[in-house]
Amino acid sequence: MSRATSIGRLSPPVAILRHAALLATGALILVPFVWMVSLSIKPPGEIFSTSFFLWPKQFYGVENYTRALTDAPLPRYMGNGLIVCAVILALQILFCAPCAYALAKLRFPGRDLLFGVVLIGLLLPHQVLSLPLFILGYHLGILNTYAALIFPYVVSPFGIFLFRQCFKTIPNDVVHAARLDGLSELAIVWKIMVPMALPAVIAFAIFSVVGHWNDLFWPLIAVRDQSLMPPPLGIMSFKNEEAGNDYGPLMAASTLVVLPLVIAFLAAQKWFVEGMTGGAVKQ
Amino acid sequence: MSAPVALSGSSGEPPATTRVRIPASRTATPGQRQAFAEALAAWTLAGPALFFLLALYLLPVIAVVLIALTDWQLGGRSLTFVGLTNFREVFADEGFRASLLNTIVYVLVVVPSTLMLGLLIALLIESGRSCRAFYRAIHFLPFMATLTAMAIAWETLLHPTIGPVNQALAAIGLPTANWLRDESTALPVLAIIGVWQNLGYAMVLYLAGLKGIPQDLYDAADVDGADLWLDRLRTVTLPMLGPISMFVVIVVALRALESFDAVKLLTQGGPGHASEVLLYTLYRESFEYLRTGYGAAVAVVFLAIVLTLTVIQVRVLDRKVHYQ
Repeated sequence: MSRATSIGRLSPPVAILRHAALLATGALILVPFVWMVSLSIKPPGEIFSTSFFLWPKQFYGVENYTRALTDAPLPRYMGNGLIVCAVILALQILFCAPCAYALAKLRFPGRDLLFGVVLIGLLLPHQVLSLPLFILGYHLGILNTYAALIFPYVVSPFGIFLFRQCFKTIPNDVVHAARLDGLSELAIVWKIMVPMALPAVIAFAIFSVVGHWNDLFWPLIAVRDQSLMPPPLGIMSFKNEEAGNDYGPLMAASTLVVLPLVIAFLAAQKWFVEGMTGGAVKQ
Repeated sequence: MSAPVALSGSSGEPPATTRVRIPASRTATPGQRQAFAEALAAWTLAGPALFFLLALYLLPVIAVVLIALTDWQLGGRSLTFVGLTNFREVFADEGFRASLLNTIVYVLVVVPSTLMLGLLIALLIESGRSCRAFYRAIHFLPFMATLTAMAIAWETLLHPTIGPVNQALAAIGLPTANWLRDESTALPVLAIIGVWQNLGYAMVLYLAGLKGIPQDLYDAADVDGADLWLDRLRTVTLPMLGPISMFVVIVVALRALESFDAVKLLTQGGPGHASEVLLYTLYRESFEYLRTGYGAAVAVVFLAIVLTLTVIQVRVLDRKVHYQ
């Protein structure tokens, strides 16, 4: 019996019902996306008319997207998002991988204590730390800079935890062989462990980048300057400035902010599912 | 290749020449020396991470508890221990009580709805063979899309005059509402957005759970006469999904507790306190009103709730979940 029969093979009418039900729920799920794109290509007159059309009578996409890119410093916001996400991810891997290797492959006094600290970090919701981190940022004099957006996240307890789990599955013989070849412990981390654990690293990278690209809470606290805002904060400030009345450019900006992740997601679906469920789901 | 100076190879290990001398002066065996080198290497590798874990996680969480127990204000120089005064003030505040109650209601609405819809969609997807990846992708999309941007899309959908929701309701003769400005609808609408955002997450977890159910059980159910799909669902599928459901309940509850973006963008907790949730209270009191002690006390309450849920999760995972 094949896997697909696990709950029962479907007769044709039931199979059609399955598609009908899933297309219906899928369509409902997509409504906000479709409406967002629809408004982003409509002229103000059609947005504020009470007649209901998805596709505009007069295509106004060029004007709306141009205004989104010029009225709001949207390219700047997206660039900020890219810089912040890239630096955070690079630092997280830089600090987490060696620590995870020590926890997974080396025996040393205090290892359980160190792992305990990692687990405590894993349990803490980050927003609880925001007030002390704000004060710390203030005393370091880095509020309202890129560093403010980055510093709370330079090490990720989840990253250490995930890498440790993955490194543990790599046979000790591999480590011994590398030592016999004269590799230092640090070289073993970067030349043996990380490449062998690449799937976990990619899953973590997606988890980290999606999380920080989408984050509004901490940037709201950490920066005030338009020129430093990552996309969610930027789009919020764009909305407030436009007083929420000029929906065309606002929806164009929203579409452009959502687009990179959606494209990446559709291109690498299984990686995203694994990364964003914290490795709980392995495809 | 250069000579393999050290077998255990850490950069911090003493060079070969000193190695010979140490056993003469001390009683260290080669095993002990290797253990020392390994420990040194381990702490060198873990040091930077440990430093940041202490500076950015452990000390801040201790600090937030201490701030909650003192009268310290942002930028202030003096500080007195005031015990539970901040907590008393927090719980005496009608706004906070409303916020706490809203958060509980929100979680109690979002979690079961998300679970049931996620399970239903997972069952539908798993019941057939075609278009699985396509349906999974569509339903998962809101979970990774930038909520700040999507919240604005929701706002236009719910707009009292130009929003298609009200237009559709009016077209079929149902009453319309100013969804985000009405006390009775603001929180339910935010809950719907919460379900919309998280059901894909529950779905993929359930899909993983369904894959983990052994075929033998269905075969055995067949022998026992469970011919119908519904019989198998009742006797095999649902019982086998019990443990992972506990896991999904907790992770979705944690996500629901942390909802902030949609509240900040769409209602600012209003009208009145009708849609205020804990994280929004925490943000506003700490960073807009700069009531440091009050904000810290809210953070501690929030932390206590999250930790309680997490402890339950860990205990459940230890005991029951087979599919991870």
